[in-house]
Amino acid sequence: MQDTVLAAARHTDTGRIHRWSAAALRFARRRPLGAAGAVIIFVMIAAAALANLISPYEPLVTDYGAMLQAPSAAHWLGTDSFGRDVLSRIIYGSRTALFVGFCSSFFGATLGVVIGVTSAYFGGKTDLIVQRFMDLLLSFPLIVLALVVVAVLGTGTINVILAIMVPMIPRSALVARSSALSLRETPFIDAARALGFSHGRIIFRHMLPNVMAPYLIMLTAFLGQAILLEASLSFLGLGVAEPVPAWGLMLSGAAVEFAERAPWMGIFPGIAISLSVFAFNLFGDSLRDALDPKLRVS
Amino acid sequence: MGRYILHRVLLMIPTLFGVAALVFLLLRVLPGDVVELKYAGSGTFAPRQAIEREKAQLGLDKPLWRQFVAWIGGIVRLDFGTSMWTGQPITHEVAIRLELSLQLALMATLVAVLLSVPLGTLAALRQDTWLDYFVRIFSIAGLAIPSFWLGIMIILVFIIYFHWLPPLTFTSFWVSPKANLEQLIWPALAVGYRYSAVATRMTRSAVLEVLREDYIRTARAKGLWEKVVLTRHALKNALLPVITVLGLEFAFLVGGLVVTEQVFNLNGIGKLFVEAISQRDYTMVQSLVLLTSFVFIFVNFAVDLVNAWLDPRIRYQ
Repeated sequence: MQDTVLAAARHTDTGRIHRWSAAALRFARRRPLGAAGAVIIFVMIAAAALANLISPYEPLVTDYGAMLQAPSAAHWLGTDSFGRDVLSRIIYGSRTALFVGFCSSFFGATLGVVIGVTSAYFGGKTDLIVQRFMDLLLSFPLIVLALVVVAVLGTGTINVILAIMVPMIPRSALVARSSALSLRETPFIDAARALGFSHGRIIFRHMLPNVMAPYLIMLTAFLGQAILLEASLSFLGLGVAEPVPAWGLMLSGAAVEFAERAPWMGIFPGIAISLSVFAFNLFGDSLRDALDPKLRVS
Repeated sequence: MGRYILHRVLLMIPTLFGVAALVFLLLRVLPGDVVELKYAGSGTFAPRQAIEREKAQLGLDKPLWRQFVAWIGGIVRLDFGTSMWTGQPITHEVAIRLELSLQLALMATLVAVLLSVPLGTLAALRQDTWLDYFVRIFSIAGLAIPSFWLGIMIILVFIIYFHWLPPLTFTSFWVSPKANLEQLIWPALAVGYRYSAVATRMTRSAVLEVLREDYIRTARAKGLWEKVVLTRHALKNALLPVITVLGLEFAFLVGGLVVTEQVFNLNGIGKLFVEAISQRDYTMVQSLVLLTSFVFIFVNFAVDLVNAWLDPRIRYQ
């Protein structure tokens, strides 16, 4: 008896894996640009996960005997004004970028979706009040709201995640609400209500799974923006603090100061930022086209 | 139309009030204040009374709601109070920097329009050729390249190849246009490129869409020059969504200004903002947030009006 259950479970498991890999292959064939983005993202994730194995030097160790060295066999991308290896810091920096990027977009998009769907589900006065508040948050330019949060909480990795998360919430709530509004009128929600399900159950089990497509699209769209915003905040000295290796931080101050003697200090971290944001944007665009043909432009 | 404008202007007031209240509350609720930071920075021993006296001077000893009422009351009279850090009136601190930031914003917008409209139109006319692909990659890259890094690269090229740096002190355009442009054209390019990215894509898809319309076929069928068809018939209609996008993307312009002023060491509003945050200069941060939000709301309002004016099909109640 137990064997058959296990076998059945294993069967659906392999079936699922098969289905997923088939879908991934189809995605790669139809949207080569999106697949290229996915490959870069994969490399980035691998670099972040294996940073302590693949980086040639410790990112925090200063070596005053090797200050401002040009790219060479020993230091592929040169060293900075403290003699720290630029390549190692870029590899470790992908940890910071991904961690801050994923956390802030995930929590921002998720909170926003829950707020948006709940607001649409209840409608009426609740919806009105929630929407007014979201409109209020939307009347701040993205970076200004993030800066306000930093002003309140101070710098540091966790605060930066919060600072980037807050402006994402109203943007995600707006999109989720508009898709949930039409969902609210569908017969299966009426049916769930008629069966006497609780509000929580209807919202989380019946409505949220149906806004998955816009949610995923937003999540990937936010990721690129979040990495860019983290880099900007760190560059301004209002993001993650030294000595944490972060791409934006590597560009602040010293990069311009030593522009003439050590241009590699300014060039490579910027390439890392651009490349990763580029990858997330490419992947996000293709995902949007694949998941929601209605949103396609021309 | 007149009623619509009045309605929208009146709606802006509660929004701005909400923004003011939210920022004020956020900044005052949490611990850590400017007076203590100031003394901590100076490294000297500060007697308790001196701290209390300075707090009283700044009005920090009063209850929150009275501080808020005093602040809002001042704003209505266009008096934003004094900076908690420098002690100068905020209106003065902002005024001396406004010209630079405004000019930079205008120049960046100009760069964005001059890049996006011709490039987007070209890409649409040569759809699926190498030119189209080049423009699309150029615009996607614009979204990914941080404007502050682009700024650093511009400086790098100047230093290494030309041993020249843009002038560091701001000269008003009216005093010396040459010195002024020499300084500001580079940050404007760095910000404008980023700003143009979405607008380029929008121009391309809008032109593509318009070119398929019946009236374009009619215009061609009656033997009009292609140039006339394009400028008088197609572009005129394709530019409406582009204007909307430029308005929506205004927030990125603000972000671009904040970081780019730092790179080029320009003493503008963005730099003031960043300094105010690191110094916990509440009154300054408050006022600057209110100012940028006001400009942001106003720009979106202006874009709506321009669209309504350009497109008689849009009717507002």
